[in-house]
Amino acid sequence: MATSNAIQASGLGHLSDAARKRLRRKARIDVWFERTLFAFAFAVLLLLGAIIASLMLSSWPAIQRYGLDFLTENRWAANVEVFGALPAIYGTLLTSFIAIVIAVPVSFGIAIFLTERCPGFLRQPLSTLIELLAGIPSIIYGMWGMEVLAPLLRTWFPTVFPAGTGLTTAGIILAVMIIPFITAVSRDVINTVPAVMRESAYGLGCTTWEVTRRVILPSVKGGLVGGVVLGLGRALGETMAVTFVIGNNLFLNTTLTGQGTSIAALIANQFSESDGTQRSALLALGLILFLITFAVLAFARYLLRNSTGRHA
Amino acid sequence: MTADISLKQKRDADPVDATPAPQVATKLRVDDLSLYYGKFQALKNVSMEIPERQVTAFIGPSGCGKSTLIRCFNRIHDLYEGIRTEGQILLDDHDIYDSGVDLNLLRSRVGMVFQKPTPFPMSVFDNVAFGIRLYEKLSARELEERVEWALRKAALWNEVKDKLKQSGQALSGGQQQRLCIARTIAVKPEVILLDEPTSALDPISTGYIEDLINELKKDYTIVIVTHNMQQAARISDITAFMYLGSLIECDDTTRIFTQPKESRTEDYITGRYG
Amino acid sequence: MNISQTPLYRRRKRLNQLVMLLCQLATVIGFVFLFAILFTLVTKGIGAISPSTFVERTRMTGGGLGNAIWGTFIMTCAATLIGTVIGVAAGTWLAEYSGKGLMAKVIRFINDILLSAPSIIIGLFIYAVVVVPMGNFSGWAGVLALTVIIVPVVIRSTEDMLRLIPNSLREAAAALGAHRWWIIVRVCYSGARAGILTGILLGFARISGETAPLLFTSLNSNQWNLFDLGSEMANLPMTIYQNMTINAFIPDLVALAWGGALILTAAILILNIAARYFSRQRS
Repeated sequence: MATSNAIQASGLGHLSDAARKRLRRKARIDVWFERTLFAFAFAVLLLLGAIIASLMLSSWPAIQRYGLDFLTENRWAANVEVFGALPAIYGTLLTSFIAIVIAVPVSFGIAIFLTERCPGFLRQPLSTLIELLAGIPSIIYGMWGMEVLAPLLRTWFPTVFPAGTGLTTAGIILAVMIIPFITAVSRDVINTVPAVMRESAYGLGCTTWEVTRRVILPSVKGGLVGGVVLGLGRALGETMAVTFVIGNNLFLNTTLTGQGTSIAALIANQFSESDGTQRSALLALGLILFLITFAVLAFARYLLRNSTGRHA
Repeated sequence: MTADISLKQKRDADPVDATPAPQVATKLRVDDLSLYYGKFQALKNVSMEIPERQVTAFIGPSGCGKSTLIRCFNRIHDLYEGIRTEGQILLDDHDIYDSGVDLNLLRSRVGMVFQKPTPFPMSVFDNVAFGIRLYEKLSARELEERVEWALRKAALWNEVKDKLKQSGQALSGGQQQRLCIARTIAVKPEVILLDEPTSALDPISTGYIEDLINELKKDYTIVIVTHNMQQAARISDITAFMYLGSLIECDDTTRIFTQPKESRTEDYITGRYG
Repeated sequence: MNISQTPLYRRRKRLNQLVMLLCQLATVIGFVFLFAILFTLVTKGIGAISPSTFVERTRMTGGGLGNAIWGTFIMTCAATLIGTVIGVAAGTWLAEYSGKGLMAKVIRFINDILLSAPSIIIGLFIYAVVVVPMGNFSGWAGVLALTVIIVPVVIRSTEDMLRLIPNSLREAAAALGAHRWWIIVRVCYSGARAGILTGILLGFARISGETAPLLFTSLNSNQWNLFDLGSEMANLPMTIYQNMTINAFIPDLVALAWGGALILTAAILILNIAARYFSRQRS
């Protein structure tokens, strides 16, 4: 202690006692500043725990009553209190799968076009346009699906889409919704490839497609797949784009183009009029959806761990 | 305050320079200092003395530990984890590594200018006033006077006196570095550490700063790390040569560059490696 | 022999042309779909909007969207304010204090999950912890749901922007003797300010269009609740949803739904453009 006092005493003759006191106060603020910030950061952890806990608690009555049958029962009939999650789970998975099947080739195509073939003056505007379109609220997509796409499908392909709405229609709408997103992520990921790699490949005489296929895509494989999985995560949880066009059939219908339902759509439709067991069952569905998307998003993050991840 | 003669007692009388060594006080004394980054030993039992109000230059090849050493003088290493030191550094006979030492006060006495100019994202005036405001409550006029004083001392006043409100980051590279020097001086430290201050600058700005260092040494103890041997020869009074974490030789600048005692010093100076 | 004449070379060229054509086609398809949506939105929506739309409240026949627009505005502002405080604080901790510790890794991981979590789940969560104990739906519940959605966005943006500030600036400030919190507040925040604000603006735009979290929290209302968020609160997304589903048999309301959708989309697009312009200005 004597040494530190000596350091404080010697030199700095112009430092007054007031200044020294101010320094000490600032040192105390330092401690509290860090603690407060940490508390807020820790709250994020608590938030996730709270979400899982509250969903589990609220859905407990339903889980207790139906057990594993909840997952395998193939109809959701509120009037007789038979609640099976299978139609909803099937619908969620199928629509998302269809969305990915359609969106991935289109998104990759756009991303490759933007990075390799697009004329310079168009590149920035189109990129910005993609990002802006990614910001359109999902309810708009649902409305468009209901007003335009479904009637169109019914008119053009009446045998395949007798009602216009259905699982595939929902899949198409979801695809359109996630295309801007996957395109933006893919474009960012492709742009992380250093220019020298491209130049070396072109310098050897490769065509654009060969450069893309053999040099660029392999080096960003993880990031691209990560972007797709991220898009999948979004599609799985989407409510508004889907409820309008999915048809709301609560029995399991394994055709591709039939009417169906998804977890999010089912919850959205039935929640306001539900109570008691039904409400608890809906919350159980919510828990299932959360667990599915959690697993998918965790996987996507693992894949994207080395990429820029700006859109994650 | 102990008066000490800088490291000359090991040598015999030198025919080149017969004038007796002047009596200079020691400002900083390094006592058997070792530093470890985890398991890697970056500084190996360094002992030396830095005289007051003179320019001491550290030279040596990349990775020799010269930057690591001067960063010990203001304990800037404490910002990072995993770094361990053994030994002492005495500022005016008080160990700065003692447990009770207030780091912020230490840094008000030992200032530092970095290789890359680091103007803060604020106006030129606020940049210089940043350090002052940490320690002193001055009236607006006193603050203005101190800022002007610091900018004059840093030979920057004439160029920025009409631009005090402009962002510090809008100045040229050489001006930014002089701004950083003004910022450091404004706090009135006793020692100024310069870690390769001109390596990122053009030759003209480098010239300005070297002239500045010559002026500043009248009032401050200067310690400078440099990659540029000619610079060390030009501006320093004492030069220390380091290699692989050890202090190889430390002597009067003229002596080191004309009659180095160690062969490794001679090899480095004549360009055989480095 | 001239290499450009070989069948292999010609095949490579053809394949390349085919693939590039497909990519161009994909681009055209993608943009056609997206423009079709915007086209529908504008044509169906523009007819329903008039100055009175903004001042009249929603009702079962005719009416306007004034209370819904106001409700969305006030709830989004409140959620952004709360979310900014929490988000900037947490993001600062992650960027400045956490280093490589396990806690930081876990928090970042969870933040990334929450960033893309289905918003309907967030709505259910707030329903369970706020609406049920409170006994009624309320604007505050809606605000809280939106806050949970915007917090990860702000955390991400704050941490990313603070990490861009070079360590040399922090060292220079420390070398002058500044304490850590002072360095963060006076040096780091000044430098990162533009980026963080952009992130907040983008988050604001995103939550203003969210419907699902409001389904079980704030519900909807036909009243002008100006600053009273204690019961059901009017908002634009829910109004659109209800007009397109439960009230779909009333053509006036359906038209208003499209009008509202146009207003909402236009507002979000303007905010996004503003955020981009703002961030490009500063850099």
